[in-house]
Amino acid sequence: MLEMIYQALFAPFMDFGFMRRALVGCIALSLSATPVGVFLMLRRMSLTGDAIAHAILPGAALGYMVAGLSLGAMTLGGLIAGWVVALLSGGLARITVLKEDANLAVFYLLSLALGVLLVSTQSRNIDLLHLLFGSVLALDNEALVLLAGITTVTLLLLAVFLRPLVLECLDPDFLRRHSNIGTTTHLVFLALVVLNLVAGFQALGTLMAVGIMILPATAARFWARQLDQLLLVALGIALLGCWLGLLMSWHLDLPTGPAIILMLGSLHIFSLFVGRDGLLKRWLHSGKHLKS
Amino acid sequence: MNKPPITPLATFHNLTLGYERHPAVHHLQGDILTGDLLAIVGPNGGGKSTLLKGLMQEIRPLGGDIHWPQGQPQLAYLPQRARLDLDFPLRVVDFVSLGHWPRCGAFSAIKKADRKAVQVALQQVGMAGFDQRSLDSLSGGQLQRVLFARLLLEDAPLILLDEPFAAVDEATTADLLILIQQWHQQGRTIIAVLHDLHQVRSHFPKCLLLARDVLGMGATEQVLTAENLAKARKMQVLADPLAPICDFDEASES
Repeated sequence: MLEMIYQALFAPFMDFGFMRRALVGCIALSLSATPVGVFLMLRRMSLTGDAIAHAILPGAALGYMVAGLSLGAMTLGGLIAGWVVALLSGGLARITVLKEDANLAVFYLLSLALGVLLVSTQSRNIDLLHLLFGSVLALDNEALVLLAGITTVTLLLLAVFLRPLVLECLDPDFLRRHSNIGTTTHLVFLALVVLNLVAGFQALGTLMAVGIMILPATAARFWARQLDQLLLVALGIALLGCWLGLLMSWHLDLPTGPAIILMLGSLHIFSLFVGRDGLLKRWLHSGKHLKS
Repeated sequence: MNKPPITPLATFHNLTLGYERHPAVHHLQGDILTGDLLAIVGPNGGGKSTLLKGLMQEIRPLGGDIHWPQGQPQLAYLPQRARLDLDFPLRVVDFVSLGHWPRCGAFSAIKKADRKAVQVALQQVGMAGFDQRSLDSLSGGQLQRVLFARLLLEDAPLILLDEPFAAVDEATTADLLILIQQWHQQGRTIIAVLHDLHQVRSHFPKCLLLARDVLGMGATEQVLTAENLAKARKMQVLADPLAPICDFDEASES
């Protein structure tokens, strides 16, 4: 019995180096992308992450075309493409009639179309699936160091900008009266979103990278009512989802990125029903109320 | 006990404030002295909130100016309807701590003394014991008390309140009025937009009656006369889209 549990839950990581690497990569990603996702959700920008993720594709493709399957070039390309789209959307929203979401829709679509075009015309042998769905099982040392570096930078910047980040969302007028750090904060935050999406696409692919940001945050909302709890619960859910997703992918021989995202999705649906603010509790208590 | 100093805190020189060239406050003339407890009353659309925005320099005057002979003081402001995102999961104690912003800014740490000050402020507004509650669980009156606690921590010499007691029950209003009296005794300058004339008469020594044009500014009982109030009621405060250019400025200056 114990042996079976061990085989099912732990053996793959004990026996195979690449599974351990995948797990380490996922832990780094969870530590970094989850808090960013929590703030994306609280700032009602959940879909912004998705749009920026699509925008990263042409940058990564260009990087590939210039330097082959080089981590550095693809990362840099992705960063630049994501940044350009995020800055254009945020900047134009301030000087034209279109709001940030509309601008973002325009530029991510252009960027995505350009990316698909580049990928499909330039080379036949490029593995589009790699870009789209990542390769968490093939993380080398270089990639792990990059992930850990991005995690460190993200956590540091979040800690430094925590107060304006909270205030910009909670009481933007108060922030504007006392300081002009609001714009800087917004830009730093967008930069962190791009950075984490680029980190995520190494492992999970451009399209799945948003999943590890948003899904733990949304699931945690059903359990936690305070910011600090929210961040911790989201991290726990992300780690659990990565671990189970890796196992599912291993045992059932499925692609890893989607397996992890599906696991996170399952945890979200579980939380939706069973969580403290979930549906089940509402149904059970419907029609009853307390005396005081 | 608050002997007016020779130099006023703020002086309005023929001040006109407004939006898109339509005046909302028209040719305001007068002084605000350090330690004043001033109520601004008048009909809706009479320019009361606009005057506060002008004092905060959020809008530029269409004509005239506001002069600060003692330099621009730090000011704290309570908006008419605070645009708060109450869905944001935050505790009362963390929210009130934001009152330390003028001193701590975005990055400095909140020290032990600052945390103690938060508890004291919560006590003063009658919200002791609510520090761990989340913001979205508060009633309207409780939220207003919490906003006052944050104002308290801001510790500003000039405090602007825009309809602080709209949608607040009597008990809360009474408690918060006591707080305003304490600020007054500490020598702070307080300017409050109010609608309850009885409240103004009993708590605010000075008053400004504003219906786009200034109908009176000075001691409350001399401003809130039956005659002035009747005038205020008759005042047409809606902007006329075809209004001609006002040439009062040039006339008064030449």
